[in-house]
Amino acid sequence: MSKIDYSERIPNNVGLSEDRRLQRALEGWQPKFARWWDELGPAGFSGNDVYLRTATDTSAEGWAHFDYVKMPDYRWGIFLSAPKPDRRIGFGESAGEPVWQEVPGEFRSDLRRLIVVQGDTEPASVEQQRHLGHTAPSLYDLRNLFQINVEEGRHLWAMVYLLHAHFGRDGREEAEALLERHSGDPDNPRILNAFNEKTSDWLSFLAFTYFTDRDGKYQLGALAESAFDPLSRTCEFMLREEAHHMFVGATGMGRVAQRTCEVMVEHDTDDVRPFGVVDLPTLQKYINFHYAVSLDLFGAEASTNGANFYTAGLKGRFDETGYDDDHVLTSTTFACTEVVDGALATVERPSLQVVNLQLRDSYSDDCEKGLRRWNRLIAEAGIDFELTLPHPGFNRAVGVFAPHDITPDGRVVSRAEWEASCGDWLPTDDDRDYVNSLMSPVYEPGRMAGWIAPPARGINTRPVEYDYVRL
Amino acid sequence: MHTHRVSTAQTQPAGAGVYLDFFGDLRPWRHWTLHVDGAVATLSMQVQPDGGIFDGAELKLNSYDMSVELEFADAVRRIRFEHPEVGCVVIGSGYENVFCAGANIRALAAATHAHKVNLCKFTNETRLELEEASRNSGIRFLAAVGGACSGGGYELALAADHILLVDDRNTAVSLPEVPLLGVLPGTGGLTRLTDKRHVRRDRADVFATRAEGLRGEMALEWGLVDELAPRTAFADAVGTRAAALAEQSRARGRFAGGAPVELEPLGMTPTPDGSVVGEFVALAPDRDRACAEVLISASPDPRWPLRAARELDALLCHLRFNEPELGTVVLLAEGSHADVTVHDRALCEPASHAELETALLWCRTLSRLDLTARTLIAAVEPGSCFAGVLAEVALAADRTYILDGEFVDDRPDDAVGMAVRALRGPQAAEAGPPALAMTQISMGSMPMANGLTRLQSRLWGDDDTIAAASGTVGSALDAQAAAEAGLVTAAPDDLDWDDDLRLAIEERAAFSPDALTAMEANHRFCGPETMATKIFGRLSAWQNWIFIRPNATGPEGALTRYGTGTRPSYAATRV
Repeated sequence: MSKIDYSERIPNNVGLSEDRRLQRALEGWQPKFARWWDELGPAGFSGNDVYLRTATDTSAEGWAHFDYVKMPDYRWGIFLSAPKPDRRIGFGESAGEPVWQEVPGEFRSDLRRLIVVQGDTEPASVEQQRHLGHTAPSLYDLRNLFQINVEEGRHLWAMVYLLHAHFGRDGREEAEALLERHSGDPDNPRILNAFNEKTSDWLSFLAFTYFTDRDGKYQLGALAESAFDPLSRTCEFMLREEAHHMFVGATGMGRVAQRTCEVMVEHDTDDVRPFGVVDLPTLQKYINFHYAVSLDLFGAEASTNGANFYTAGLKGRFDETGYDDDHVLTSTTFACTEVVDGALATVERPSLQVVNLQLRDSYSDDCEKGLRRWNRLIAEAGIDFELTLPHPGFNRAVGVFAPHDITPDGRVVSRAEWEASCGDWLPTDDDRDYVNSLMSPVYEPGRMAGWIAPPARGINTRPVEYDYVRL
Repeated sequence: MHTHRVSTAQTQPAGAGVYLDFFGDLRPWRHWTLHVDGAVATLSMQVQPDGGIFDGAELKLNSYDMSVELEFADAVRRIRFEHPEVGCVVIGSGYENVFCAGANIRALAAATHAHKVNLCKFTNETRLELEEASRNSGIRFLAAVGGACSGGGYELALAADHILLVDDRNTAVSLPEVPLLGVLPGTGGLTRLTDKRHVRRDRADVFATRAEGLRGEMALEWGLVDELAPRTAFADAVGTRAAALAEQSRARGRFAGGAPVELEPLGMTPTPDGSVVGEFVALAPDRDRACAEVLISASPDPRWPLRAARELDALLCHLRFNEPELGTVVLLAEGSHADVTVHDRALCEPASHAELETALLWCRTLSRLDLTARTLIAAVEPGSCFAGVLAEVALAADRTYILDGEFVDDRPDDAVGMAVRALRGPQAAEAGPPALAMTQISMGSMPMANGLTRLQSRLWGDDDTIAAASGTVGSALDAQAAAEAGLVTAAPDDLDWDDDLRLAIEERAAFSPDALTAMEANHRFCGPETMATKIFGRLSAWQNWIFIRPNATGPEGALTRYGTGTRPSYAATRV
């Protein structure tokens, strides 16, 4: 069942043709998706051939096929990872029991909500990135943007499939609503606030793909643990596609740092803005901003919902089997950093209540890896500068740190002190104006904008100079 | 800070684990802000998470406990008295994306059963007051639901005249109590769905079991809300609707332009032994007999009606929350009949904003008395003044005793009523035999929750006796006449009086308090059902039953387990 059937109107590997009712429902939704893509997907470029990856199989080997395709003709479809025989629930009070192929009535609304919130983020980022094509630093990057966009569109399909297949009329209505809420729309905003922010420049885009798409990776990973097998299998496959998005962020941010270092060395100066690259302190500010916003997406550290979802087996932790504990979490505590009497302190909380925090901690560890790579680039250039992740309490709008003012290096300070220095920690209007001033498109194959180094290699063994988007 | 915080970890909060002060000035409010702009007042809920009465129960997402409810009741009362210019009150939220999440579940789980029951009752009384204020004072309430509105939050909205919901394809109204908490939407939610908003009962069933609730068009179609507005047009829609509601209010002819009535501080403080002395109402606990003596002193002072009602009201709340073991309330009055009946006209036919609101406050206070889960015994003694509005106090009692004649001998020091009278100092000696005197007030100005007068409720089904008793309006009835009219339970003479009263109270203290509460509530509200009697008699009774069931509050119950991440385990038996 891992092979994908492209002879169908909706490509799928779920035997859609055998379920007439579901097929009809999805075929009813398909034109609405197409209209949404047309209105809110990438602006322009719809007639251009883009060298895109299309999934052909969900098994590990040879799963994708690369070819030129016009984005509106992209074959969005429904792909689930192959079922694991005799898969068992891995955590919560039903651990060890067989996973569910149908939604249990008692979890119907919780599961639907989880899927809707996840599903809402997928088209949201496409909407946020709608205009970036006009300022791409290279054809290589332009292609990557579009690859991410079409795959986020497919991830929407994945969530919509679950809603249609398992949640009846309510599910169909939710599927419609996913196309009716729009990023930044004051009347019908996206559910999570981070997805209502603008992604107006490529540095933000790269930071977003590194930090915010990585949140997606962790959320999908936690859902891939779900006792609801169709959700698990859906997320499992989405994760494979998501890896590319983070690759774009990790290498992209690295290329920005690398280019900056080259200019610093070449001109022997820290004052690199006259040379049209992003100075390292500004890069640090973008990291600070995007990391904090992404941490908010994990929700409150102590969460009743998180605990309920875990106990019920709906949503686990990332790589649940990798945790050396009982996977029930009713008898252990977890050390949480919180503000107590105006200072950071460690507070032991019941592990079950801070599942969100555990997920977030594994995310932070993962984020560190990229920074280590970027710092290696900087060190190899002989430059004494280190990019760091800010303290998790920095600039937070959700959770225990939200009411406090905490510096990137983890000091609790007064509001006044914070405001006086926040321009040193977060991109100022000047910084954003400067970054925006660098955003001029470069559409010549193989050429890069001056603020970013070329990638080490091209896509699918093609050279960097390849004509990734035929303009 | 008017509440004493208690730790939720405290294993035995006892009945009075948390002391609530009903006598002090609650301002400045911590959880609410009031902004009055002409005829429109905006009352915004912005609950301070750390401002609750139970440590460890953080009041997130505009969830409430008694600290929030006390301020809300105070705000509504102040709007009624101090802002005669207000025709519409917008109830909104100071937080983005959340209107109100209802009662705080951790606080509820931490509270004693008695506290839960009293919280629900007090909250219900305040919600009903919104509707009463709309009906009688012409103040329209607009629920401006701009964010998540669940459980008690939606029940608060239900009490308003008009519910305006933001339509952003996300915000929903919901009653998640049954599916999530294993309890009922007990603040009138179930009752108002069907009886007020006429939501079809099968849809009410779907709605009240659907944790995530309904949003937008569907909420409108099902009659759960009255109006939708998109986010960007929400503030304007609130303004337009509020102006229209305020206009409607003027059309109903409220005492427009009346002078504001200042609510002076009550300045009452319980002494260490539990006595409370106000200007016109005093309370003395008699802990040996598990009873509270409440003495109302009449006065021709024009301040009396408002002040006495406020003091009595506060004392009743104080007794409910802070004195759970004083199971019987002996109601006493002192003064001349004329000192009470001089206020009859103002209370019966109010001719100003101040008089109207005072009359309505008396009506609610008497209703609060009817709904107080204590045995009420009125003792009509020489020198008492159960006349006019205080005749209603006597009629509210479960038993009314009147002395036949006068006291001949000195009474024992521990006679019923001596303690509270001692708080007041020496009284006028000459009094003569006591009498009970109904006036026009008893003919319908102070209806009970069942919509009947206390006289009708007392003599329910016996129309001849009701007619005859009504014929005595304006006359002072001595013991014999009062007994004949059916207004008193017994009329002992001075030989039996002290023993009879003492025995009645002591006997009461020996009965099961639970059975008494239930029996009295049954007897008090005979006759027709109203939304209020359904809320207090049906919804609350079922809710209070659920509260003590293991499925809710047992070690594996839904309320106990809420927030722990572990799921409740229900006994499958249907009862």
